[in-house]
Amino acid sequence: MQVAPQVFEKLASRFGAQDWSKSESPKSGNIRVIVPAAKVFDYLKFLKEECGFDFLADITAIDYLYYRGARDRFGLVYTLVNLANNDRLVVKCFLNEPDLTVPSAWPLWKGSNWMEREVFDMFGIRFDGHPDLRRILCPQEFVGNPLRKDYPLRGRGERHNFQRLERQQG
Amino acid sequence: MELELPENVFLSQIDKLASWVRKNSLWPMPFATACCGIELMATGASKHDIARFGAEVFRFTPRQCDLMIVAGRVTMKMLPVLQRIWQQMPEPKWCISMGACASTGGVFDTYSVVQGIDRFIPVDMYVPGCPPRPEQLIQAVMDLQIKIQKEGTLFGSEFEKKARQESKRALLQLETVTQTPRPAALPIVTNTTV
Ligand code: SF4
Repeated sequence: MQVAPQVFEKLASRFGAQDWSKSESPKSGNIRVIVPAAKVFDYLKFLKEECGFDFLADITAIDYLYYRGARDRFGLVYTLVNLANNDRLVVKCFLNEPDLTVPSAWPLWKGSNWMEREVFDMFGIRFDGHPDLRRILCPQEFVGNPLRKDYPLRGRGERHNFQRLERQQG
Repeated sequence: MELELPENVFLSQIDKLASWVRKNSLWPMPFATACCGIELMATGASKHDIARFGAEVFRFTPRQCDLMIVAGRVTMKMLPVLQRIWQQMPEPKWCISMGACASTGGVFDTYSVVQGIDRFIPVDMYVPGCPPRPEQLIQAVMDLQIKIQKEGTLFGSEFEKKARQESKRALLQLETVTQTPRPAALPIVTNTTV
């Protein structure tokens, strides 16, 4: 996987060379740009408008709790694609409790709506400026964020918290 | 007294007749939420042909069905829907829990998957397998037919009978509790007086 080198030159001239860092995943070969969480929206906007990354393929997050050598709790991951030359770039930022809020990418890509809702549902990361930040997979009355590592695999009894219907009640 | 019956006339009990009619025209409600649903479709298709047992009329509205086939895992978000659909089905009605997931949760022992629908709705037949072969489902339908023939009554009086039996059983249990001799004064009481 490769990304045109001009992209990084542009990023360096716009944000400086110290603000962000670039790395390559040893396993998948993805090119990653690690940016500060406060400026993630500026980076996305710049990459979309100036560097041709016009398609937001995915938003997801990673919980690094119990992860060996990890310094931050959550990693928030945006996967961008340049549809003209098929470049793929992963934009990543790190978040820590209690400040789990980032600006929503909704003004840039309307398709981020449901992906951000999913991250909100599963990890409890909030997106500022999202038009409709509700749970999307779990029921609305659900409490907790199931993909956090401190959430028990078998849950906290939600799955059996229902009324039982007897035969006569039909 | 001996009665001469004309040809093609049978004597039966009206309850038995009702059960016989019901068991041979089951209308399934396919509650297919996962991979088992594919086997359910195969059971309805021409090769296995559940029509041979009178159960081919799959209806997608619960108001017209009397057999719910739960094929697949049910999540906690889906369970209220399942219960509502079950309540919308008119009596008499039966339920087949098809596959490991519907019966026990299967391999999905996670926070969101209900560990067996029989915790929340009554189930008549369990079909093991992941997924069960169509033959297994057909066997379940046949066994259910036997059950229907044995149990049903025209106006559902078996429910009243069961409720009566249960209240009687509860009464019996009450008596056994009162008959057991009460334990002597607890040692803790003597301790506090010392
Ligand atoms: S029992 Fe197996 S085939 Fe059926 S729904 Fe579960 S995983 Fe799928």
